[in-house]
Amino acid sequence: MSGSAIKENVARVLFIIAAAISILAVALICVFLFVNGIPAMATIGVPEFLFGTTWKPTSGIYGIFPMIVGSIYVTAGAILVGVPAGVLTAIFLSRFANERISAILRPGVELLAGIPSVVYGFFGIMVIVPFIRINMTGRGFSLLAAAVLLGIMILPTIITVAKNALDAVPKSYYEGAVALGATHERAVFNVLVPAAFSGIMAAIVLGVGRAIGETMAVVMVAGNQPVIPGSVFDGVRTMTANIVMEMGYAADLHRGALIATGVVLFVFVMLISLLFSAIKKRGEVR
Amino acid sequence: MEAVEEKMVTPTFIRGAEAHRGEEVQTKMEVRNLDLHYGNFHALKDVTLVFPENEVTALIGPSGCGKSTLLKTLNRMNDLVDGCKVTGAIELDGKDAYKDIDVNDLRRRVGMVFQQPNPFPMSIYDNIAFGPRTHGIKKKDELDVIVEQSLRDAAIWDEVKDRLKKSALGLSGGQQQRLCIARALAVRPEVLLLDESTSALDPISTAKIEELVGQLASKYTVIMVTHNMLQAIRVSTKTAFFLLGEMVEAGDTDTLFTHPQDSRTADYVSGRFG
Repeated sequence: MSGSAIKENVARVLFIIAAAISILAVALICVFLFVNGIPAMATIGVPEFLFGTTWKPTSGIYGIFPMIVGSIYVTAGAILVGVPAGVLTAIFLSRFANERISAILRPGVELLAGIPSVVYGFFGIMVIVPFIRINMTGRGFSLLAAAVLLGIMILPTIITVAKNALDAVPKSYYEGAVALGATHERAVFNVLVPAAFSGIMAAIVLGVGRAIGETMAVVMVAGNQPVIPGSVFDGVRTMTANIVMEMGYAADLHRGALIATGVVLFVFVMLISLLFSAIKKRGEVR
Repeated sequence: MEAVEEKMVTPTFIRGAEAHRGEEVQTKMEVRNLDLHYGNFHALKDVTLVFPENEVTALIGPSGCGKSTLLKTLNRMNDLVDGCKVTGAIELDGKDAYKDIDVNDLRRRVGMVFQQPNPFPMSIYDNIAFGPRTHGIKKKDELDVIVEQSLRDAAIWDEVKDRLKKSALGLSGGQQQRLCIARALAVRPEVLLLDESTSALDPISTAKIEELVGQLASKYTVIMVTHNMLQAIRVSTKTAFFLLGEMVEAGDTDTLFTHPQDSRTADYVSGRFG
């Protein structure tokens, strides 16, 4: 075998190993989750587990419905807070901001992405929670606090992805619009934003994925009562919070139930990921 | 010499010339002592030129001669270019395009069709309705009338009338370009700028658009940039020849191609350079 052929083979094996690592990791996680989670779910009973509204491990009652609802509420709240701010910021950065402003704003957004979630949690405890307690109602540890905090946390994801989508819109669309006498604002909002629609949707879906999986910051501000909240000022427990709070001391079926919670979370994230690819594909077809 | 022979047998040209014989010609747009710089590059040098109403004026010249630059100055699309500086006067109906007319109003009155077809990624209907909606027309029945009329004027109505709600990106290149002409017509412009609008198209689509431009001249003042001298002869009644940012010669298309005054024009139209 010649030298170059050996080199080529070595390179190929290296690439295959590298690629295999991530595939293997996903496969192992799946196997671990399902092997440990499914039997527990079966023991508890799938309907009782998914739709039971009482979570009382000490009495052997494992219903995670409040946590599923909690995760959905918190994520929806984060979208309500984060999507308008994020998308508008992306539009601003892509089409309105001058060099000086984006030179300040862009690193700011990148920094936001790099802050550890526990630091966000501190910010929530020190600023958002007291603000709600003093100016609104309740203890402050609430669905609202978690939603606002998560809304801020998903901003960098949404801004970056949506801005890339807007930047990728061909210049000729913009020129065509202003050549018809459209103002800059109208060209941006009525031609460029619709043209970047699938990319902006992808940004939102990625934000959702980030929000639903976030744990630490949520645990710190959400109150974590395993009950379906009656209002945005009530505490809420998400699936992620459920796992991280009890995993340390759980054993036997309790432990299995927590892993099964992870299975449900995994399914949610997988659906979001599928949605993301579907949107991306649709964008490419157009 | 080929160019001259072509002219002699092209009926479009003769028809165009006859149509204007004996009529008083109104000036629609006028450029006086126009200088344009892109940064340090002097792209247009002291250009003075008149565009008569309801005629087709062709701007010809080799690549980089400034003809497209001049076109983009007429509707101030050059404003979008960083470091572009314009001095001199550009007038539409005697009013200064840079001082007396709002830029968006100018661009409504002076429509533009680009080199590459650039329909928006939306339905055919919404493409045409975009301009009128921009200028405040919201009623559906009014828009319906404008959309149909514009598509008819651009000679594409019959091809798209059954698929108005379909995406404009599904049309062929030639259809897209005629759609872009319709889109420009929908805002009721007075002047239509064509920036090498057939250079990306096949010969059949090109012929359709050339025929269309001939018809449009009865309602609009048309100014077209073209690389193709035969096209200038076929379609235009006036021609201006540009070289290295200077306007060398302008006049009736007929005269300019048969009896050019300047030796540089003679060299160019006989194909000796460019």
